[in-house]
Amino acid sequence: MAWFSEAITERKKTKKDLWVKCKKCGSHIYADEWKKNLNVCPSCNYHGAITSYERINLLFDKGSFKELFDNISPKDSLNFVDLKGSYKDKYEANIKKTGISESVVTGHGKMNGIPVVIAVMDFRFLGGSLGSGTGEKILQAANYAHDHNLPYIVFSASGGARMQEGALSLMQMAKTCAGVARLNRKNIPYVSVLTNPTTGGVSASYAMMGDINVSEPGALIAFAGRRVIEQTIGENLPDDFQTAEYLREHGFVDSIVNRKDLKDYLTNVLSYYNR
Amino acid sequence: MGQEIDNIVMDEPKVDEMKKKNKKENASWNIVQVSRHPKRPILQDYISHIVENFVELHGDRYFSDDKAMIGGFAEIGGQKIMLIGHNKGKKTNENIERNFGMAKPDGYRKALRLMKLAQRFNIPVVTFIDTPGAFPGLEAEERGQAEAIAKNLTEMASIEVPIVCVVIGEGGSGGALGIGVGDRILMLSNAIYSVISPEGCASILWRDAAFAPDAAEAMNITAKPLLKHGIIDEIIEEPGEGAHTDVKTVAESIKTSILKNIKPLQKLSIDELIQSRFEKFSAMGKFTVNK
Ligand SMILES: [Zn+2]
Repeated sequence: MAWFSEAITERKKTKKDLWVKCKKCGSHIYADEWKKNLNVCPSCNYHGAITSYERINLLFDKGSFKELFDNISPKDSLNFVDLKGSYKDKYEANIKKTGISESVVTGHGKMNGIPVVIAVMDFRFLGGSLGSGTGEKILQAANYAHDHNLPYIVFSASGGARMQEGALSLMQMAKTCAGVARLNRKNIPYVSVLTNPTTGGVSASYAMMGDINVSEPGALIAFAGRRVIEQTIGENLPDDFQTAEYLREHGFVDSIVNRKDLKDYLTNVLSYYNR
Repeated sequence: MGQEIDNIVMDEPKVDEMKKKNKKENASWNIVQVSRHPKRPILQDYISHIVENFVELHGDRYFSDDKAMIGGFAEIGGQKIMLIGHNKGKKTNENIERNFGMAKPDGYRKALRLMKLAQRFNIPVVTFIDTPGAFPGLEAEERGQAEAIAKNLTEMASIEVPIVCVVIGEGGSGGALGIGVGDRILMLSNAIYSVISPEGCASILWRDAAFAPDAAEAMNITAKPLLKHGIIDEIIEEPGEGAHTDVKTVAESIKTSILKNIKPLQKLSIDELIQSRFEKFSAMGKFTVNK
């Protein structure tokens, strides 16, 4: 994908911002330091967004990652047009902007020597929304794990189902879970890593179905939106409501792990897989 | 369940406001109105018309008995089934008790418990879908609304008896799908099935809930396009102005359609059944395959 690396160089050339402002504590952090710290705030440990490929670089042993199913991209099968224009224009712009073809990158490789299959969602691509292409890639990667008897890891970062595909996107929840069910029947481990944010239809499907559910500190994990709930019950919600910490407190997340420790955490867990 | 979930405004816009703002009344929006008609038949109506010997079962065995989701053993035309469905009400007090058919995690867990029971008894599952959505509340989140729905989607893929789903009114996003993974999906001709409510979609993508009719049309939420896109398998026609004008006839059509669709599924082995359900959902969705 030559045009992809071109796009990256272009961005580097025109980059003016030497400082990153932390979204949580407001600290100004030198951009290089921010990057070196894996987009995590050194003052308050806020875990900022990270792209699929940055995540993959962090996790996989050097040169071991092989991308799969990168030939899949969205389709505007409803000819969806809203006030801002067509869905087709929107996703084409997102492909150009991000250099990836869907809101998830899938592949396999080795983490600390352990072979795994992985799907990493990318929030930059239409808010990480779950479209048909996303669902297809997540299912195909699950099937690859199934057929090769390899553990499956999914990193979620998503606002939920992709409205511009109507019920086709809703059905991706069932489709991806059917893939998880198949792994369950064959006793193949599936680890879900819920990163900021994991909400709506993604939280209510594969993201919540890990044999192990892991999250990064402070991640928003929610089914319904905070405002909708506040309107429904007519009162304000606790500050930590729908955070990773809240989810762990209520029994839905096994562990909250700092970004820099995730690789070792995951391979440690998978080292118990005895098959 | 949109991508900017915090922006969803659930308030239904006032009708006159809507008419003022939006002149593009359309076929989809008309169907939305029929699907939400105050006299629209609800599950209890169909139970009294076509179900015999209903043995209602209560509770999820974890927390409570969610009245927004009901179920139990039932007979339809001599066929023994496990009936499960969203339980809307008609009168205000009924709707308050049944939470307008918006189930909590307890409801989805009860539904799953009954599906496993159906598997134990070797009888088909028939689900009736009619909900604006899963309940968006503090306790629902606290007890794992997302987990409960996700679990059903995953477990329904492996239930070893036939599952037939009937969308009878509002198929509201994940809350509908939570009992909607089946071998055959049937839908009444004035029902809707959608990833997000038209109002919710409009308030995000149009920045104004009054554009709900446009969102309804754009999202293809009615039976005909859903059949074309392979989301549902069969449309059950409603007479005249809609199901509320002739409940008895609609109930009979639903019964006929359920019985017809269960039959071929009962001839499949467990492996064939699970495999064909997997293939059915694997095939859902449309995407571009680049060279
Ligand atoms: Zn900070």
